[in-house]
Amino acid sequence: MNERRAAWTFVAPALSVIGAFFLVPVLAALALSLTDFDLYALADLRNLRFVWLGNYIDVLRTPLFWKSLGNTFYFVLAGVPLSIALSLGAALLLDSKLARFRGFFRTALFAPVVTTVVAVAVIWRYLFHTRYGLINYALAKIGIAPIDWLGDPHWSMPAIILFAVWKNFGYNMIILLAALQGIPRDLYEAAHIDGASLVQRLRHITLPMLRPALLLVAIITVSGYFQLFAEPYVMTLGGPLQSTVSVLYFMYEEGFTWWSLGRASAIAFLLFALILASTLLLLRAGRRGEAA
Amino acid sequence: MNAPRWQTVLVNVTLVLLALFALFPLLWMVSVSFMRPGEASSLPPPLLPEAATLANYRELFGRAGMGRYLINSLLIASATTALAIFFNLAAGYAFAKLRFAGRERLFRTLLGALVIPAQVAMIPLFLMMKGLGLVNSYGGVIVPAMASVFGIFLVRQYARSIPDELLEAARMDGAGEWRIFATIVLPLLKPIIVTLAIFTFLASWNDFMWPLIVLSDAARQTAPVALAALSREHVQDNELMMAGSVVTILPVLVLFLALQRHYLAGLLLGSVKG
Repeated sequence: MNERRAAWTFVAPALSVIGAFFLVPVLAALALSLTDFDLYALADLRNLRFVWLGNYIDVLRTPLFWKSLGNTFYFVLAGVPLSIALSLGAALLLDSKLARFRGFFRTALFAPVVTTVVAVAVIWRYLFHTRYGLINYALAKIGIAPIDWLGDPHWSMPAIILFAVWKNFGYNMIILLAALQGIPRDLYEAAHIDGASLVQRLRHITLPMLRPALLLVAIITVSGYFQLFAEPYVMTLGGPLQSTVSVLYFMYEEGFTWWSLGRASAIAFLLFALILASTLLLLRAGRRGEAA
Repeated sequence: MNAPRWQTVLVNVTLVLLALFALFPLLWMVSVSFMRPGEASSLPPPLLPEAATLANYRELFGRAGMGRYLINSLLIASATTALAIFFNLAAGYAFAKLRFAGRERLFRTLLGALVIPAQVAMIPLFLMMKGLGLVNSYGGVIVPAMASVFGIFLVRQYARSIPDELLEAARMDGAGEWRIFATIVLPLLKPIIVTLAIFTFLASWNDFMWPLIVLSDAARQTAPVALAALSREHVQDNELMMAGSVVTILPVLVLFLALQRHYLAGLLLGSVKG
């Protein structure tokens, strides 16, 4: 039974790191969210009091929390479908036998994924510039008046969504492309012989076969998009008129600007609950679709 | 099945437009970074510099001290990668090939932890780092990233293909488990080591929220954190900021282009859950 003892020496280092620096902090966050941990407690732990669900009630009564929740839902509900649609479109094109230079196109479309979000946010902030930005310049060419992308609360979120979709669509594209390449070619050939049109083949072969991959992509993207933070941090500072404050941005401000670490932990758990609920919802929808 | 010519044209033109959409911001960033300060703020917005200048890069590395931040990023990402390879490789291999009680349950628990967003742990982690004296040190960024569930998962998926007979034969010869790992297993895992390395390096380099929280001292900041601070100060200096973006993105982009095959293989291996 040398193997069993040795096995533990293999897994112990990694498990201790994950345990000590992830699982323990997660449990600690749960405890922390039930206390009024703030700047005073940071200075002297004797100032710490249990407030039970006080932080949660408090947060749920804060208008900015609801605002940030609304903004985050806006970002997720508009950004995720847009991003997946673009990923799927790009994957279908790359999978097409008619496409040339597929390797080059795949690399080009994937490149934004590996870039540093802060650095590319700086670029897009300038592309969105009202006066000198190339986006408004191009819009002017087709007769659209300049839009104050990052200064108008109606346009700030669409601008951030556009940026996020640009940054992320390549990731899902790779997953969907691999799934497309896994579909047996003879299915298409049989359908072609039966006279099925391109659209019919897409609807009755491609999309059903892609189901598991689409579900996976949806789960990854939804939980990723719920964690919106760096984009508003760099591009808008949450503004204008708090139109781009996300839940995580709100948590960061509460925790590390105001040092209300108890409240911030409560916000983190509310976000976690939201992500968990949407993941379970997607899984259920996926399963129901399978049965149908 | 010979497709009509217009379909070929349509597919390829759309791909060209998509590629332009993806690459234009990056190419434009490079171009603006070589413009004279203030040159980009004119109408019509120029696409290319009138006379390319290195003024922004000189300013960036001189007064803004970007060299320091890039070195910080390089040190942190390299150390994290080296440590994460060791920790995740050993654990991933054990979960794939070594028999021990409770292995499957333990592994499922780890996978379950993937649904918890990293930010939930950040606040207590910050207090912990403060207690350990690691706030404002490289260690504060490196230590929590030394092992990851994703890394273990990646290695396990790959290591499952190692034939058991190979390991049994070595055991018959009386080799110890760590010796088998070092001499037989490691060479077989080479491709996944490259994949794990590039994934870890890129994730560490591009990470933003945690370094922002744990490194408040300017001298220790990573390139993305410093760039975010610079961009908040220098809202008007677009050419300077573009140069900052170029030097922040370039290392990871080059690394990705060089090891693209391994990166994409890892992405696919990692996304086939369970």
